[in-house]
Amino acid sequence: METPAILVDHLVKDFGPVRAVDDIAFTVASGSTTAILGGNGAGKTTTLSMLLGLLLPTSGTIQVLGEDMIRHRYRVLPRLNFSSPYVDLPHRLTVRENLTVYGHLYGIAALPARIAELTADLDLGEFLDRPSGKLSAGQKARVALAKAMLNHPDLLLLDEPTASLDPDTADWVRGFLTRYQQARGATILLASHNMTEVERLCDQVLVMKAGRIVDRGSPEDLIARYGRATLEDVFLDIARNRRHTGEAAQ
Amino acid sequence: MTAFSFRRVGALLLRHLYIMRGSWPRLLEMAYWPAVNMVVWGFTSQFFSSHSQWVAQAGGILIGAVLLWDVMFRGNLGVALSFMEEMWSRNLGHLSVSPLRPVELVAGLLAMSLIRTLIGVVPAMLLAVPLYHYSIFDLGLPLLAFWVNLMVTGWAIGLAVSAMVLRFGLGVESLAWVMVFAVAPLAGIYYPISVLPGWLQPLAWALPPAHVFEGMRTLMQGGGFDGIRFACATGLNALYVAAAGGLFLHIHHVARRRGLLLNVGE
Repeated sequence: METPAILVDHLVKDFGPVRAVDDIAFTVASGSTTAILGGNGAGKTTTLSMLLGLLLPTSGTIQVLGEDMIRHRYRVLPRLNFSSPYVDLPHRLTVRENLTVYGHLYGIAALPARIAELTADLDLGEFLDRPSGKLSAGQKARVALAKAMLNHPDLLLLDEPTASLDPDTADWVRGFLTRYQQARGATILLASHNMTEVERLCDQVLVMKAGRIVDRGSPEDLIARYGRATLEDVFLDIARNRRHTGEAAQ
Repeated sequence: MTAFSFRRVGALLLRHLYIMRGSWPRLLEMAYWPAVNMVVWGFTSQFFSSHSQWVAQAGGILIGAVLLWDVMFRGNLGVALSFMEEMWSRNLGHLSVSPLRPVELVAGLLAMSLIRTLIGVVPAMLLAVPLYHYSIFDLGLPLLAFWVNLMVTGWAIGLAVSAMVLRFGLGVESLAWVMVFAVAPLAGIYYPISVLPGWLQPLAWALPPAHVFEGMRTLMQGGGFDGIRFACATGLNALYVAAAGGLFLHIHHVARRRGLLLNVGE
């Protein structure tokens, strides 16, 4: 059996008396796209941060790309990357300078060629030599993706990848992610509030509430089980404690 | 993956050098304050040399002191400001999920501090030659011994400040200036340690700069290079910089436990 890209078991994170993540377990198959859905404070970003090794769990285990992420994160980090609207690239550096710095950090061979390739793929040419702080939200999202793609990651962790983007740019980003995954067989895990995005991109959905995974399945499976027309309706049912199937439809 | 990579340290340096390259006012500012400081103390020294036998005995003793003090001051700021730059720009999250290890981050900050200190202090040292006919380079090899020791003390303070900023946030960023000046009265920059009250003197001798400045005065007053003072300063520095480096790495671990690496920024 193929090793899953992510294997999480009995994961707990406490911040003082507050339990942010409460004994969750899940598996993300290699080459799949999984979404963590949940309202504000559900534990999505905390979970992503633990998967990245930015945050140490209180207890539980995390295996990423076959390695123990808590003990051996530096074996894994060169093979993954992430993007989040809450973490910036240095504003005063141009896009090219930022990509050069991160290219060296990831040890990218033939870096100028890789930057040229990403510039073409993500249409960065117009603002490649502009300071990153002077870009529009859509341009910043594309630059963040370029940084996240620099090392051809086997695993891409994305926190709200299309937050604050207009529908056109958001759609373009989703298309890009799909093309990348198909071309490289990469695994994508994203945290999102955007149900359309999740329905379009994901094979599996983990629904979190108050630090727990309260339901899971494919988008189609969840929609069918809750007797709803869209994933957004399913999300609202779960958020408002309505049970699935008959009760949800009433 | 290698445990320590000079390439990754170089990448961190490149990031800061890009900022410098893109902002000449920053470069100018780095050299401006040490130069102004030197000019003020140069005139003060000229005045005192005609009114104080102690100063007159060793020309340039005050200018030498202010230039070397700036090595320590800039050494501290070089570390602390380079680290805070990552927090101001909310870049720490990206760095922390890159293959850059905390010990490489520390190495990068120290290397950046050396570059910033050279940019800041060397112009002032050169300017002192035509302005006051005083060349600190006449100290010869001991200058290197003084420089290295003061720089390392600056690094120790800068790393401790960076650890505090990481732990408590940018609200305590003024520590970058406060902590180094807290050391100044005990460092004996412009006066011998014997001037201090008796109960304060052991505290002063527990600090490396007290040995460096005392050694500098001994040398300039014709007493030769004091090897014991040098050994004391070096030993204490090894202790302090190891403790400060350990503190920074410990706080980095605490930050991972408390989720502080993502929640940073202005």
